[in-house]
Amino acid sequence: MIGDYRPGTTWMHRLPAGTKLVALFAIGIATLVVRGPLASMAALAVAIVLLIWSTGPTSFLGTVLRSLRGLLIMVALLFAWQAWQSGWPRAVETVGDILALALLATVLTVTTRVDDLLEAITAGLRPLRRVGLDADRVALTFALTIRAIPATLELAEETRRAAQARGLERDPRARLTPFVIRVVARAHDTGAALHARGVGD
Amino acid sequence: MSERTIRLEQVTVRVPVADGDLLILDTTSVELTEQRIALIGPNGAGKSTLARLVNGLATATSGRVSVDGLDPRTEGRAVRRRVGFTFTDPAAQLVMPTVLEDIALSLRRTHKHRAERDEAARAVLRTYGLEDLAERSVHALSGGQRQLVAMAGVLAIEPDILVADEPTTLLDLRNARMIGDLLLGLRQRLILVTHDLELAARCERALLVDGGRVVADGPAAEVVEHYRATA
Repeated sequence: MIGDYRPGTTWMHRLPAGTKLVALFAIGIATLVVRGPLASMAALAVAIVLLIWSTGPTSFLGTVLRSLRGLLIMVALLFAWQAWQSGWPRAVETVGDILALALLATVLTVTTRVDDLLEAITAGLRPLRRVGLDADRVALTFALTIRAIPATLELAEETRRAAQARGLERDPRARLTPFVIRVVARAHDTGAALHARGVGD
Repeated sequence: MSERTIRLEQVTVRVPVADGDLLILDTTSVELTEQRIALIGPNGAGKSTLARLVNGLATATSGRVSVDGLDPRTEGRAVRRRVGFTFTDPAAQLVMPTVLEDIALSLRRTHKHRAERDEAARAVLRTYGLEDLAERSVHALSGGQRQLVAMAGVLAIEPDILVADEPTTLLDLRNARMIGDLLLGLRQRLILVTHDLELAARCERALLVDGGRVVADGPAAEVVEHYRATA
């Protein structure tokens, strides 16, 4: 779901893209500074409420949780490892922080057009042009990164289906190798397409 | 600029492979002045490489390429403004989430203000009958719509030349005809890489490329007939 804007009229949708970006950045810093499982759980609760508010409860339970399935499996494994290695409080804190930031990033992309993000980043970085920073290029890189998430998931699904069609769905090599090759090829093709369109010139 | 000629002089393209160099295009010299030119030939013949030289996506190992007097190697930015390029698979070309945003991306260089850019993008969509798709996710488009949006994104900057690399290969018959008719009706000069010989025959000139060389060159209908007879 990260990378997929959903039109809406909520307060989060109306908030300027720059404000939302700065807030996400600030919360990211806060999760590093404010330690402890309680703070992490509080951040996670806020993220869940904002996401439900932005997408609606039905969409949250359906699309959002389904699209975050891979992340949830990963953090479950991380949680088990952390609990075993460092104890429950540390595991709750680590996993809570990761999930809170992932959900808040989803809130940002669900409620903000990528073009608005481009504008906000370009405007925010404009003063750094004096020291040689190409604000347009940084903004484009940011936008492409967001766009790459659903595109990569689409490639993963296509690769899974291809492996399934050959009866190799349980063979990690049959899924991972073509997936990596296709991701690199897509990145190369996207670069060529951007180059051909003169984007970034 | 008065010159309207794409010129390849003794152009060779080699690419490094595991066991040396692979010859893609072999000392090719052509001068392209017609409005609609087709590049035909078997897979791996060097057609796409020849087309990519025009936009600077491929560079000559030796020889010289000139596009309306510009050298793609040293004047790449000016050449890219003059030459638009569309790919076989439009999926890689559509880089923004919605159709409107993707068209607007092409216009960022020429329209600095967001509202102005969006209006210009909507005008482009209207030109190609795509206005109903403005807010649609690029993931939710059909194959024909994707190719059309990709082309609109390139044509938005109003290039003088459009290079289309197998634009109908992934499309069904109806969409292939629609895209073909659109391409042949453009005001831009067209260089069309295609396996669709009916479409190629409607161009003014065709080049048959095989084994990295132009083996036939002339009126499109004659070259297509020659290819049919010898393939």
